[in-house]
Amino acid sequence: MNKKRVLLGMSGGVDSSVAAYLLKEQGYEVIGVTMQVWPDMPDERIEREGGCCSLSAAEDARRVASSLGIRHYVINFKDVFTEKVIDYFIDEYVRGRTPNPCIACNKYIKFDALLKKALELDAFYVATGHYAKTDYDKSTGRYFIRKARDDNKDQTYVLYNLSQYQLEHTLFPLGDFKKTEIRDMARKLGMRVAEKPDSQEICFVEDNDYAGYIEKEAGDRVFAGDIVDKSGNVLGRHKGIAYYTIGQRRGLGISSGHPLYVIDIDSGNNRVVVGGNEDLLGDELIAGDVNFMPFETLKDGMAIDAKIRYKSMESPAIISPLEDGKVNVKFFKKQRAITPGQAVVFYDGDILTGGGTILK
Amino acid sequence: MIYLDNAATTRLAPEVLKEMLPYYEEYYGNPSSIYYFSASCRDALDNARQRVAKAIAARPSEIFFTGGGSESDNWALEGIASAAKGKGNHVITTSIEHHAVLNTARYLENMGYRITYVPVDRNGMVDPGDIKKAITKDTILISVMYANNEVGTLQPIREIGSIARDNGIYLHTDAVQAAGHIPIDVNNDMVDLLSMSAHKFNGPKGVGALYIREGVDIHPLIHGGAQERNRRAGTENVPGIVGMGRAIETAAERSCEENARITHMRDVMTDKIFSSITDVRLNGHPDKRLPGIINIEIDGVSGDTLLMNLDMAGIYVSSGSACTSGSPEPSHVLLAMGKTEEEARSSVRISIGRYNTEEEIGIAVLELAQIVSRLRNI
Repeated sequence: MNKKRVLLGMSGGVDSSVAAYLLKEQGYEVIGVTMQVWPDMPDERIEREGGCCSLSAAEDARRVASSLGIRHYVINFKDVFTEKVIDYFIDEYVRGRTPNPCIACNKYIKFDALLKKALELDAFYVATGHYAKTDYDKSTGRYFIRKARDDNKDQTYVLYNLSQYQLEHTLFPLGDFKKTEIRDMARKLGMRVAEKPDSQEICFVEDNDYAGYIEKEAGDRVFAGDIVDKSGNVLGRHKGIAYYTIGQRRGLGISSGHPLYVIDIDSGNNRVVVGGNEDLLGDELIAGDVNFMPFETLKDGMAIDAKIRYKSMESPAIISPLEDGKVNVKFFKKQRAITPGQAVVFYDGDILTGGGTILK
Repeated sequence: MIYLDNAATTRLAPEVLKEMLPYYEEYYGNPSSIYYFSASCRDALDNARQRVAKAIAARPSEIFFTGGGSESDNWALEGIASAAKGKGNHVITTSIEHHAVLNTARYLENMGYRITYVPVDRNGMVDPGDIKKAITKDTILISVMYANNEVGTLQPIREIGSIARDNGIYLHTDAVQAAGHIPIDVNNDMVDLLSMSAHKFNGPKGVGALYIREGVDIHPLIHGGAQERNRRAGTENVPGIVGMGRAIETAAERSCEENARITHMRDVMTDKIFSSITDVRLNGHPDKRLPGIINIEIDGVSGDTLLMNLDMAGIYVSSGSACTSGSPEPSHVLLAMGKTEEEARSSVRISIGRYNTEEEIGIAVLELAQIVSRLRNI
């Protein structure tokens, strides 16, 4: 396997574009790949989106690749993306959980399907423009992830699920840079994408309209039901549990003296449970499908800082192993809107210790 | 580098370039102008027209220059459909046509026309009987490609021409891949319209022709000035047309020996491939095939991955057709031939051309075998 060759996912955005430049400067033979992941959509709609992996995104990537003198290919990953990301996304909502598709995409597409492609092209590494760092502990022989220098842009939250094998084959060239520095570099290099805004939404949902998307794709699997309070009193009707998420306040259609929030989604009974702000607070959760980096399994309790969603603050907690591989997370301070389906990610300083899916 | 994608496009022959240059540098007049300065380029157009006509046994007055094969295909279908308004609205074509024909057919469908897409057999060949069966009183056009661009299969144009004639229906053939490579006679073949494209036979890109048999009722596609006897507007691409004329003449002159030479290289390469790689299959008809095309299905290997690996080794071939590789979908041609999606995705097309040598063939096969072996062992 050629260790000097790296396959870089290029979305046409400024991050992966500058990543290409950096990798090339570091002496790698870079192969830029734009992944085609969106299922068949009329091209005009894809063009308007201008987001990840549309035709114009592929064009942007191609242009950057050409200016750097590196090869660029567009590769079709539609089938595996539909199966592992889109279907997962829809299924989770239908089950009353709130998914994080970017985590699934990293696990199954960027660092799996794309990694396989890299190996097929005799490239040892796959690389992305994520703000993250990989590191290796010689004493344990294990790979792990460290937070990026730019804490505002740090994306390690969505990378907690990578295996040792995946980490061994991954490069994150942007880990030591701040976003502003990356944009400056892009400008200096004369890249048109220097001013391209970051895509903030889920790449396959138009206008960030999750509800509309779910309705279109799975409307027949979603049924109206009761909105109840903690005691089971019916307060109103919901259009389908798929359209609600923990902490949601809008769209309940209930008038009340004090603000009401979704505090639980009872998929067994097709009910949405609402309560006051205090009901949203919790200090404990159970995580499943856990993955640890600096070690294989959690043997004893451990003090770490945990994040329960991408944009939340880390909060000190103790994690302890449960039977059947699950992990208990007990926070020192109450957290707001712990959401099943989201990821809880553990940090030890700037080291990403691991994470898992919030079950309850 | 070893260029083995001649079905996608070909290198401009040096003698063609030489003949074109004066029409950029010196004789750059607009052929429609009255002054003497344009006389030489009017002559050049004439000359090119004669050469193209001769190559397919047509009359010069039946040759109309276009911007390429796709335009010719669009013109043939839309032009005939438009002129036949009121007389009929049914067009028969095949499931293996190039997208320039298929998408135009789909466009006509949106406009209210009915299209029958006749299937092909496992070798990618159309059955003239199926064409005959599809004919109705509303049929105004039959469009069947002369030879398929992906697998090379030669279609039974003469039989289809005969059927078309018996039924008073025009026959159009997309001969983009065939013209300049195999002898074509529009009279023997009973063809009424024929599309050609210069860059497929070592001519320049951006120029092609539509042969329109005298008496055929067709509307223009490109409206405007009176160029091409009022049938196709736009200032003529004189250098391109000159190039096309020269290229087709050279191709026609050398056709027998070139044909034999390329067929020989194709057969040698096919043998080498089969003896150095296991679980390979040839797609397309074993002998009724264009001289240079080898389309193979390699088990357990992704065609796209193979292409990329070959690219990195400096060897250029394609999978599917060039026009569809922007959105890697499995080849509609292979699917129409009964292949599964997986089989279609495991196929690559090699197309040998004028400038390939036996040495290149040898190197390419070696590299191909090595890559296949590595991929199969991952």
